[in-house]
Amino acid sequence: MLKIDDLKVRYGGIEAVKGISFEVPEGSIVTLIGANGAGKSTTLRAIAGLVQPAGGRIHFQAEDITALSPDKIVSKGITLVPEGRHVFPDLTVLENLKIGAYLRKDRDVMEHDLNWVYELFPRLKERSWQAAGTLSGGEQQMLAVGRALMSRPKLIMMDEPSLGLAPIIVKGIFDIIKEINRKGVTVLLIEQNANMALKTADIGYVLETGKITLTGPGKELLNNEAVKKAYLGK
Amino acid sequence: MLQEKKSRTGAVVGLIFAAVMLLLVIVLENTLDLPSGHVLYSVLKKGAVYSLVAVSMNLLNGFTGLFSLGQAGFMLLGAYTYAILTVPSDARDAVYYLFGGSAINFSLQEVFGALFGNSGAGGAVSLVLGVLLAMILGGLVAAFFAWLIGLPVLRLRSDYLAIATLGFAEIIRAVFQWQALGPITNGANMIIRFPNFSNFNITNADGEVVLYLSSFVPLFIATVCIILIVMLINSSYGRAFKAIREDEIAAEAMGINLAKHKMLSFCISAFFAGVGGALFAMFAGNAQAMVYTSNMTYEILLIVVIGGIGSVSGSVIATFLYVACSEWWLRFLDSTQAFSSPTEPTRIFFIVLFAVAVVGGALMLIRRRRRKGEPFWKEVIVWVIAAVLMAWWVWFIVTGALTIPFARTGFRMVVFSIIIMIVVLFFRRGIMGDKELTDVMARLAKRRAVRKAGKEAEQ
Repeated sequence: MLKIDDLKVRYGGIEAVKGISFEVPEGSIVTLIGANGAGKSTTLRAIAGLVQPAGGRIHFQAEDITALSPDKIVSKGITLVPEGRHVFPDLTVLENLKIGAYLRKDRDVMEHDLNWVYELFPRLKERSWQAAGTLSGGEQQMLAVGRALMSRPKLIMMDEPSLGLAPIIVKGIFDIIKEINRKGVTVLLIEQNANMALKTADIGYVLETGKITLTGPGKELLNNEAVKKAYLGK
Repeated sequence: MLQEKKSRTGAVVGLIFAAVMLLLVIVLENTLDLPSGHVLYSVLKKGAVYSLVAVSMNLLNGFTGLFSLGQAGFMLLGAYTYAILTVPSDARDAVYYLFGGSAINFSLQEVFGALFGNSGAGGAVSLVLGVLLAMILGGLVAAFFAWLIGLPVLRLRSDYLAIATLGFAEIIRAVFQWQALGPITNGANMIIRFPNFSNFNITNADGEVVLYLSSFVPLFIATVCIILIVMLINSSYGRAFKAIREDEIAAEAMGINLAKHKMLSFCISAFFAGVGGALFAMFAGNAQAMVYTSNMTYEILLIVVIGGIGSVSGSVIATFLYVACSEWWLRFLDSTQAFSSPTEPTRIFFIVLFAVAVVGGALMLIRRRRRKGEPFWKEVIVWVIAAVLMAWWVWFIVTGALTIPFARTGFRMVVFSIIIMIVVLFFRRGIMGDKELTDVMARLAKRRAVRKAGKEAEQ
């Protein structure tokens, strides 16, 4: 579904991503794991069009989307849940969700999707009139995911959804990710919490200083000695 | 579920309120026995103009989070476009006498006059259409210049927009006074003799006024424009503007095209500032570049800040308070005579006004402080000011005459500045914060209902 070829991204003089290639098959959960500064977020930002790649190509459903602007990419069906949630604090929960559906014209289906999001996150329904800034961290993360789902993505990219959340809430978030995937949405996930991510993912990629060093099914990587040592603390 | 029921009732309440106020203005204007040049009318007219410009500035600064200081420049463009297009052709030689006549020899209302006739009902129709078209063109010219400025500047951080628009306003003011453009802009002289608000009074065949509309017209136009802006703010575009204000990264990730939406907001804001400029020219009865200084922008900015950044009703309320204070209610401070021999109605007016303002204001501020637990010194300030004012008030009642030593030309501005400082000190987010009047009314109604329910439960 998504195919990355030799992607390179520079920030000023620094090459943050040094030519990586990977694929996200339709209907799967794929995770990129790696330490801070490995280039995970940058890769997602490049796919979303928020930074222009210095080289390489990005194909989505056999279409070249490398040079497209972020709004075009969203309308193609790729949505990013940015790191650190980034909800709109002074807008209500409902308004936040509506902004997720900003590029859509199909009002009837939107209603249906809104109900689905409220089903996934009953907490959001309870708080739909509340300002998003008054939600707890976990609720804000739910809102960020719900907002992204409102654009009815084919591929949802999540940047560290477990960041700064209590373990019990993290587990809930990962359950939701699986639930979303069951509904047919492809998921590209990047995580510091390698344990949870690899348990959930069909395919894992290990990213180190801008390069992919290991690939394999999630469960396999979980048992890989190098991964265990570097990311699982075992 | 996607429809917000709450904001619908709010909109209905707001519309009814606006309609009632407008009707009230017509009734007052035609029944009040005041001289036609009374300051009440100029407050209403100037308030209408300024509230439109303030709301247009709030659209950009408050709802989109872009800081622009070009409002006076855009008003100037609107004012001149309006004036140049509506000076009647037989008045042009007199208006442009320094330049041997005007380069443009038609006026829009005469163009429409060729279609509808120039007198009677046809004349009224062509006047209204000509004025409206000129006003819209004024807005469009302002929006076009905003687009030109926006192209390079909106890519940069918001601070640069403030600097660029401030510079633009200064440049445009100089350009319009340039003698070489005289046949069009009348150089440094003012353009006069175009239709103004009093042309909208309906007269009978003898030229006597049957129905006064000169205060209603600017208020009506401003109301329509503000309703349009509110509709924009409540639309999905408005939601996108607010998203950009709150978090550019997230807005971009949600597929909102930042450059396009910022440009849209900037141009719409300039458009309504241009319309406001045309209204200001009608209010002043002349178009003169040297009036549209950065001071005017700061006045508007002050109104927006006092009213509450991100509150349309706050901007409107603050405008009328500001205009009324600076033009009318504080005028008496400018002359030493005001208190030595006040006439009976003025005296009663001041006594009531002072008592209400001082007691009400002090109680409200103190209640707020108690509720929010703000520092004690603020309460002390309130007590001291209230005590001084009350002492003054008592003295005023007892003696009926009072000459305050400070009262002289300019003292009004001192008092005015103090009032503004108090507002900023105690209402840090403006009078209304980012709430609308309808939100506040809904909250009060809810609180009353809760209190009532509590009382019933007790019994």
